[in-house]
Amino acid sequence: MKMETKNKIRHFLLGKKLTEGFLGKFFLYGLLIIIGFIYLFPLIKMFTYSIKDLEDLVNPIVQWIPTKIYLTNYQTSFVVLDYWKTLLFSLSVTLIPALLQTVTTSIAGYALAKFKMRFKSVVFFLILLTYLVPSQIYMIPKYVLFNQMGILQTAWAIILPATFGQGLSSAIFILIFYQFFRMQPKVLDESAEIDGANPMQIFTKIGIPLALPAYLTSFLFSFVWYWNETYISSLFLGTDLYTLQLKLLNFSSQFNLAQGISQTMINESIRFAATILIILPVLIVYIVMQKWFVEGIDRTGVTGE
Amino acid sequence: MSKKPMKRKTRENLAGWMFLSVWVIGFIVFTMYPLFMSFYYSLSKVTLSGEGIQVSFEGFQNYRQIFSSTQGFSFLQSVGDFAFEILFKVPIITVFAIIIAVMLNQDIKARGFFRGIYFLPVIIASGPVINQLVNQGAATIPLVEQMGLIDFINNTFTENLARPIATIFSELIVILWFSGVQILLFIAALQKIDRSTYEAAMIDGAGAWESFWKITMPSLKSMVLVSVIFTIINLATFSENKAIAHIKNNMFALETGFGFSSAIAWVYFVALAIILFIVFILLRAFSKEKVRR
Repeated sequence: MKMETKNKIRHFLLGKKLTEGFLGKFFLYGLLIIIGFIYLFPLIKMFTYSIKDLEDLVNPIVQWIPTKIYLTNYQTSFVVLDYWKTLLFSLSVTLIPALLQTVTTSIAGYALAKFKMRFKSVVFFLILLTYLVPSQIYMIPKYVLFNQMGILQTAWAIILPATFGQGLSSAIFILIFYQFFRMQPKVLDESAEIDGANPMQIFTKIGIPLALPAYLTSFLFSFVWYWNETYISSLFLGTDLYTLQLKLLNFSSQFNLAQGISQTMINESIRFAATILIILPVLIVYIVMQKWFVEGIDRTGVTGE
Repeated sequence: MSKKPMKRKTRENLAGWMFLSVWVIGFIVFTMYPLFMSFYYSLSKVTLSGEGIQVSFEGFQNYRQIFSSTQGFSFLQSVGDFAFEILFKVPIITVFAIIIAVMLNQDIKARGFFRGIYFLPVIIASGPVINQLVNQGAATIPLVEQMGLIDFINNTFTENLARPIATIFSELIVILWFSGVQILLFIAALQKIDRSTYEAAMIDGAGAWESFWKITMPSLKSMVLVSVIFTIINLATFSENKAIAHIKNNMFALETGFGFSSAIAWVYFVALAIILFIVFILLRAFSKEKVRR
């Protein structure tokens, strides 16, 4: 009798497996929440600071909850960043290359997955090489090349390489599509071939519709990576064209340049407000499309077998 | 049309290369040609003028300059720092990713929610954003500063050692932010483990702890290599990386220019290749263990 109650308590607390018992669950959820909080700490701090006015900012008592919601920081940042205009340009050098890169890499991935080709292993080696060799190596000749082509300091300098499958992390996307197309049943292609379809028709009528999840995931990642890229774009876009990220990078000088802003000291509240404005577009995309991001990696089979 | 039908093999080969052609053109124009030119520049004196660009071959002069000028030294210093940082950051990121992945792989409620949170930084962590967070002191746990940990590090270690270590602590959270993709990779690997393996182990009397080390960890080993290489490449090309900043800064500097910049880019690549090679050898030995067991 006594033994039984003891066992019951033990089962209740510890369970048979790690997560079955109350203690295990408590511990697990607790840990996940605490680590999650630490993980998001920079974001939380950024947000609370962005709505503080100067008084709250210097007041040591006011830490986490500002005494009032002060939105002037956002207004100021909005003007400094020249938000709508810059956003439009940012989108043109993120959405367009992302879209074109997705199309090209999908065609390349399809070729590698579906056809018996000579030198296929060489192509794979080269694709891996483009991933492993840092883009800094070919940045300078590209700069010279784009200058000769007259597309330096235009959006084309970003769009053109993407169009030909040499954009940001193109190699990863080719491999994603390769894995995905390889998993498609061959029977479908074969029956279409018997019905007289040519490879192009098979690709557009069977390949693409069945691979829509891979397309969406690749496009989303491509978009986000282009959005966050600044090293290459700052070189190719020069000193006149700014994406939102580049404006943030040069926030102090942008602040001094901005018209109609009193040239007071920039404080961290304004900087944080600007940072939030810059992550906002991708944040919204992420909130809406979250499951395509996190499940995408699984679903596209990039993790390999 | 009275064309002789092609052999299936030839036809497939042709179709394949047709599909690949856009990529091939791109590879030649935007990757292979620049790669070749970059090496050529690194062996040349490159001067810019109104008419364009003059390139005169001068052998290994630029490479010699790396090891004999202040610009070169400060570049080598930041490559050294980077290598040292990798030594700390990669294990931190990998272990953290494994822990989170294992926790998220338990049957818990709101798994999607937690997964969404741990992946969020991948979406927003751009160079300028991280830069702002670090500069405004939002990149670390307040405790680290309050306890005077940074001062302690600066006082205990020599300057060359203290700098990278202090960096790691003052950016601790944003370092963890680099683990989003890796967490998903490990979760994917964990989900491939057959549940019945655990049940069989349990019947044989294995506890949760033993199961973790005998079943979970061995199946993650191959993914560790993928994850570590991804992490290193990701850190190496991150726009706030000090070493790659030198490449860009020297491009338009008076004393150096395109030739010197190309040379340091190649030195950087070789350093990275050596790091990747060492990691590859070490981790392959590590994942082979399980086969011999």
